[in-house]
Amino acid sequence: MSDIIFIGLSLSSILLLVALGLSITYGAMGVINMAHGELVMIGAYTAVLAGIHLGLNLFFALPLAFVTSGLLGLLIERVLIRRLYGRIIDTLLATWGVAIVLQQLVRLEFGLSFFGIHVEGLGSGLQNMAVPAFLTQPVDIAGFTLQPYRSFIIVVTLLLTGLTWWLMYRTPMGAQVRAIMRNPQIAAACGIDVRRVSALTFAYGSGLAGVAGVLLAGFKTVMPEMGASVVVDGFLVVVVGGVGSLLGTVLAAGILGQINGVVALLSNDIIARAVVFAVVIGLILWRPRGLFSFKSR
Amino acid sequence: MKTNRRNFLKQSTAFGAAAALGPSLYAGAARASGEIEVGILFSLTGGLSIIEKSLADATMMAIDEINAAGGVNGMTIKPILEDGASDPKTFNEKASKLVIRDRLQTVFGSYTSASRKAVLPVFEKRNSLYFYPTYYEGFECSKNVVYTGAVPNQQLSNFIPWIINTLGKKKFFIVGSNYIYPREMAKVSKILIEQHGGEWIADEYLELGHSEWGAMVSKIKESGCDVVLSNVVGDSVVAFYREFKNQGLTHDKLPICATVTSEIEIAAMGPEFAVGSYTSFPYFQAIDTDRNRAFIERYRKYVNDPNAVTHHALESSYFQVYLWKQAVEKAGDISADAVREGIKGQVFEAPNGTVTVDPENLHTYLTPRIAQWGADGQGTIIDEYKEPIEPLPYVAYGETPDNLFCKGTGLDTAKL
Repeated sequence: MSDIIFIGLSLSSILLLVALGLSITYGAMGVINMAHGELVMIGAYTAVLAGIHLGLNLFFALPLAFVTSGLLGLLIERVLIRRLYGRIIDTLLATWGVAIVLQQLVRLEFGLSFFGIHVEGLGSGLQNMAVPAFLTQPVDIAGFTLQPYRSFIIVVTLLLTGLTWWLMYRTPMGAQVRAIMRNPQIAAACGIDVRRVSALTFAYGSGLAGVAGVLLAGFKTVMPEMGASVVVDGFLVVVVGGVGSLLGTVLAAGILGQINGVVALLSNDIIARAVVFAVVIGLILWRPRGLFSFKSR
Repeated sequence: MKTNRRNFLKQSTAFGAAAALGPSLYAGAARASGEIEVGILFSLTGGLSIIEKSLADATMMAIDEINAAGGVNGMTIKPILEDGASDPKTFNEKASKLVIRDRLQTVFGSYTSASRKAVLPVFEKRNSLYFYPTYYEGFECSKNVVYTGAVPNQQLSNFIPWIINTLGKKKFFIVGSNYIYPREMAKVSKILIEQHGGEWIADEYLELGHSEWGAMVSKIKESGCDVVLSNVVGDSVVAFYREFKNQGLTHDKLPICATVTSEIEIAAMGPEFAVGSYTSFPYFQAIDTDRNRAFIERYRKYVNDPNAVTHHALESSYFQVYLWKQAVEKAGDISADAVREGIKGQVFEAPNGTVTVDPENLHTYLTPRIAQWGADGQGTIIDEYKEPIEPLPYVAYGETPDNLFCKGTGLDTAKL
């Protein structure tokens, strides 16, 4: 029984990890960021490259990936998204384009492969990130097998969620972000620098994606297409949880992860996936604005 | 009936095309005297490019070697390279381009069954030859394809008895990706497991590309099996082996015995996750012969990567070009019909050993081998047959060496 709960918890934490960044960029800023999965992918590649070329392990890769994906997110916001606020369908298309460009950049090794230069760790192939040995050795505690790596993901996810909550609800910056979420015009009228705050918020959400990428790299294959499947799950969680609601996102990730885990064990993963989608459809019909929502822009 | 219809189609297309194009139709591929054009069709872009690029490289290497040694009957081989872009529909379009516009008689290509099935109608309709280098699920009998990879009996007829008798494991958990190859492999496995006194306690599938293995590995753990037979394909393999270790399962107690995990997947997951597990293939990079060592060295030099790995489909991609060359030399002609006749019974000393093309079903005799993976990402060959065994593409449906379903005259559908 504890095994089932643990697997569900682990699935939930992975969902939450991806959805956390998305709930900020989509929830707070109304941008359907299709490139979110690619920011996850960039985070994973940062970990792979840091391992190969700098000899840095997972723990150093985490902050590095946060900075890399965060800066990339800032760049995307500055160059593209800031011109598209309020045009939700346009952001979808534009960020999808960004996603394709990012995938190809990694696949073509930033164009270097045209000149016959090969950077180890890039390219269209499969990469892997080394996980420190003590994180792969399971520990038996009173008959329950504790998996250190999955536990590590759960802990990091909790810490990041806590940090995000603190930033959003306990800092002046967070108050400004929440004000913009409610109504950007009035927020601007009250003297909030909407552009600056939006850019920083977007960068923070992107940075979270990078961290998610590093943690996913520990048990998934790292490849240019890895972000595509991740982003769908992220959107599911955000939409079910309620746009812009941190609590809703956490709760939705918890529910969907547990359902997935339990059904997968009782029958199989394919049916589990179908059940999850059925639950999502049901929840959206029941509460079109998500589990928790408030009137926003 | 089938053959008749096919002949009819062939004649009518030939008539129609000849009416339009005049006499140049069958002379096409030998256009400039002293040159033979052949097609190469693999995915150079997209998700499958990592593996298919290596197959294209091995094919090109064989062609370069043959050309450097004087060509075929004094003629130089000129390859025309096309990109299937990891998409069966693109494969079909590119195959049509090679066969119809370039009028090629022979094309080397395909890694997935999906892409082979997509190009098959083109080659059958235009009566050209396709050389397919990958291990696959069998259940196909085309006189327009020469199959040089393993079929299920060449990967499993040694593997299952060995697991039961030598490893002493009797309870199988069969797991695979959800498409035709793993399902056909499971079918053959079950027949063999029951024949040899073992039992299978589960037969489970996950989507191709699925990477969340928590629930499945937990199920394996609870099932009470003592061996896992894996037909998992592609990047899922990596997630599977990693989760297996993370949940505390070890290959010395509960080994994964795999039919798809090759040197490429081992390198991608990190060898420490596969140490002690087993794979069955006719070729491993670790085959300890001078011929294979020289082959690996030439390949690494050719792709300019001192760490490049070789694997089963890559080796088949290489030696099938030589089989084709010998067939052309024997037939003295490059037309598909002549090469098909010429290649029947053709023998070549490949890096894995002697390979022979079966005169009936155009599949290849290969030597089954089992390897155990080590910490360096290489296998140690711990069991091998003394000689190559006959390919039986319909073994799951009761085909035996004395009762062939697929013959030179076509598939005997009454036996299915």
